[in-house]
Amino acid sequence: MAIAALAFYVFAAVAVASGLMVTLARNPVHSVLWLILAFFSTAGLFVLLGAEFVAMLLVIVYVGAVAVLFLFVVMMLDVDFAALKSGFVENMPFGLLIGAVLLTEIVLAVGVWQFGDAAVASRAAVSPTPDEVSNTVALGRLIYDDYLHLFQLAGMVLFVAMVGAIVLTLRKREGVKRQDVLAQMYRTREQSVELRDVKPGQGV
Amino acid sequence: MPELLQEYLPIVVFFGLALALGLLFIVAALVVAVRRPDAEKISAYECGFNAFDDARMKFDVRFYLVSILFIIFDLEVAFLFPWAASFGDQGWVGYWSMMVFLGVLTVGFAYEWKKGALEWE
Repeated sequence: MAIAALAFYVFAAVAVASGLMVTLARNPVHSVLWLILAFFSTAGLFVLLGAEFVAMLLVIVYVGAVAVLFLFVVMMLDVDFAALKSGFVENMPFGLLIGAVLLTEIVLAVGVWQFGDAAVASRAAVSPTPDEVSNTVALGRLIYDDYLHLFQLAGMVLFVAMVGAIVLTLRKREGVKRQDVLAQMYRTREQSVELRDVKPGQGV
Repeated sequence: MPELLQEYLPIVVFFGLALALGLLFIVAALVVAVRRPDAEKISAYECGFNAFDDARMKFDVRFYLVSILFIIFDLEVAFLFPWAASFGDQGWVGYWSMMVFLGVLTVGFAYEWKKGALEWE
């Protein structure tokens, strides 16, 4: 159990530190790499909680796909570092003001935080960790039956995302030569080869 | 769940080994390697001609489209995992809810196929 506690502190420290580095790194690409490290250590924390499936999902979806998307965006941004740093001094009071306001809001909100009776009761009533089945199986028993509406809504969200991405970014280019496999395969000998009788000493 | 965590111990060991090996190579390169840089050696090499641009340039939005479509199907497969793992426990409701889910995404797949979003030109 000492190893588990040690692992928790390592993962938590790495998660916090890399989260800090996401905001502190000068280079946006480095920020994304720190973000990936944060995702990884969060996945480790999920494993320690016993939520294997969520941990693997974090690695597959967030590290494998979302981080790549972030990298695309960062690469596309065409960032000029000199221009970024130039406005630092004159914008700093404004940034400090926003930071102070946010900090005050957080302190106020957390200061008056109280758990309602219902919240405490529902946390106590969470179904106990099933010992005989794995985490993935336990999730599978719930998602598709008890949470059917949410599951179908997730499908709809994915569908809308798919259509939206195509509508927003797909455009047909004119004058581009495409390969048409069917046309190639249906081409016959008669269409493409012609036998000509050429007299000696003359061209075609 | 100590038993579960014990199953993950080899992965932690492998992570540690990978980290140690990677650090070893970096440190060894710093310590052992001979370094005599000059302007030609440390300049960016771009197939023999002078580098004409920054790495940060605007590129085609189609890469973005491909990666978004990848994420969507990635999530679809992620939803299939718990379903398949607990297939024996599912009733008909669970079965048909997954079929409807797959059907909706197949409609989207047919849409993107007919639109030509999967072609590269």
